[in-house]
Amino acid sequence: MNSAVSATLSPSTTSTKAINEAFHDEPLREPLVLGKPTLNDVTRKVLDIIESKPNIKFLAALSVTLMMALWGGVCIAYTIYEGVGVWGLNSPVFWGWDITNFVFWIGIGHAGTLISAILFLFRQKWRTAINRSAEAMTIFAVICALTFVLMHTGRQWLFHWLLPYPNQMNMWVNFRSPLMWDVFAVNTYGTVSLLFWFTGLVPDFATARNFVKSKIASRIYSIFSLGWVGSARHWHTYEVAYMIFAGISTPLVLSVHTVVSFDFATSVIPGWHTTIFPPYFVAGAIFSGFAMVMTLLIIAREVLGLKDYITLKHLDNMNKIILATGMMVGYAYAMEFFIAWYSGNTYERFVFINRATGDYAWSYWIMISCNVISPQVYWFKKLRRNVPLMFIISIFVNIGMWFERFTIISTSLHHDYLPSSWGYYSPTWVEISIFTGSMGIFLTLFLLFAKFVPMLAIAEIKGVLPGAQPKHHHHEEH
Amino acid sequence: MSNNQAVMGNFTDVNALIHAAEKIRDAGYKEFDIFTPYPVHGLDKAMGVQRTILPYISFGAGVTGLVSAVGLMYWTAAVDYKLSIGGKPFFSAFFGLPIMFELTILFTALATFGGLWFLCGLPKWYHDFQHDEGFRRAQDDIFVVSIFSNDKRFSLDSAKNLLSELHADNVRVVEAQS
Repeated sequence: MNSAVSATLSPSTTSTKAINEAFHDEPLREPLVLGKPTLNDVTRKVLDIIESKPNIKFLAALSVTLMMALWGGVCIAYTIYEGVGVWGLNSPVFWGWDITNFVFWIGIGHAGTLISAILFLFRQKWRTAINRSAEAMTIFAVICALTFVLMHTGRQWLFHWLLPYPNQMNMWVNFRSPLMWDVFAVNTYGTVSLLFWFTGLVPDFATARNFVKSKIASRIYSIFSLGWVGSARHWHTYEVAYMIFAGISTPLVLSVHTVVSFDFATSVIPGWHTTIFPPYFVAGAIFSGFAMVMTLLIIAREVLGLKDYITLKHLDNMNKIILATGMMVGYAYAMEFFIAWYSGNTYERFVFINRATGDYAWSYWIMISCNVISPQVYWFKKLRRNVPLMFIISIFVNIGMWFERFTIISTSLHHDYLPSSWGYYSPTWVEISIFTGSMGIFLTLFLLFAKFVPMLAIAEIKGVLPGAQPKHHHHEEH
Repeated sequence: MSNNQAVMGNFTDVNALIHAAEKIRDAGYKEFDIFTPYPVHGLDKAMGVQRTILPYISFGAGVTGLVSAVGLMYWTAAVDYKLSIGGKPFFSAFFGLPIMFELTILFTALATFGGLWFLCGLPKWYHDFQHDEGFRRAQDDIFVVSIFSNDKRFSLDSAKNLLSELHADNVRVVEAQS
């Protein structure tokens, strides 16, 4: 405790007001932004990223990701032309990399909404530095996820049959199907995330409009800024809207992966038909999403020089969430085994023993080591603040969470009730290319975002700088 | 009276800003505004801004979404084309819970988004005072207090005096351009 605070807290003056003021002036918490920037410094920092000429590294990275995306696009076109027969799917495994990737991507998105909505409701101010990029990631991940569900339908040009619209067959959709719920959940999620993200961006677009040097850029930002001028009357409505968005996004983010897990849980396949799936999937989604946020932000703060804004404290906090959700996921893995044994159901037991020891045991143990074992290093503060280590762990978690989905899908399907129809699934080069293609789409969009869109929430960061908010005794009711 | 002039003054200290807002409000001005680079907590109260009706819009839309979801599922499956699935009832309050939930959220979000910009009077192609350099800096690092000429109590001298008394920097008259 520093001297200023301890002096104020002497027994004679320990009133709540004195404590509050002491803490206000000399915060004991680590600062959210390092280097004591002024408001103008924040503006410049973010706009400099937009205005700097793209360097060779950026262009190199962009061309690699674009190539990946283009090749993925070619393979998507090939799949549409030839049919899903070009994939490795065959009886009894009819869900393979397509659904694995769908669940993987939709899970990645969850961290963005968690950071922007749930941490907002819990007044976790440290979210301000990372929410913009995490939300952007959510949207890009949902785009990738939609690609896979669309592809796996087989006749992609009939995708509108998934929507309830009056048609010449007088047929409606089946609202009892969890796949139908998915259509609603994922589309709602994508739409709400986009609106939330854009709403957050409007004031920052206005800042960019006013201060970028290029006339054309200013015009473009002007359109996206909707004519925002920072009126206090507008801010009042804006903050209420932000709160409503956070309030509805919180149950929404929990519902989306719940519904995704229903795709599995409402079936009668051993290994899928479990009540633990919704919370287990949600925890896994947040876990994987945070890992992806870590991977990208560690690179971004390094390359774009954002270390004063995305500080070790932020990374530390995110690592704590990774540890917590990793433990939840680990608990779910253990509980699945316990219930399989406790249920007394032969098929259920078989599936789980097969999962850990059967044909896909390699995948199962990759999942366990990446998801349960590797985050355990985060019990130690030193390791939570070790940047190279957390970069490696975040990659591990990404890999582990991909394998979790693959394990759940493949092991439950490849050995079903009839041993005569058992099989083994492995992907073809087309499936692998589409997956790397989706990586390419995701990274391309993220690179473009980092270059052209205010990457930090300028207005929100300004609002949490020390001294940015008035002291409480100015309110009249006190 | 038309809104063709504004008296503006800049602030850099947020506590002085809150104080100024209270004084302008107490002086009886209605047509004034404060432009800030980030939301300043308590400024709306200090200015006497009325609570927004946005939550009612959002709530109404949410209820509409819920009703639409129930109506859609009931009408399509139990009225328009009775679809027997596993011999179950054509409609039940439970099977479509995810649909009801998602549509409630979707409608709420769309209405909140639309309502926010509607209530703010945005999008707008230009602002009458956007040519003022200080006014533009409100998106960067200063707070700009602005008293508009369409206020009933407005006179150039009294508005200027008030802002000067409140220690605003660079008190100036800005002509509207449109």
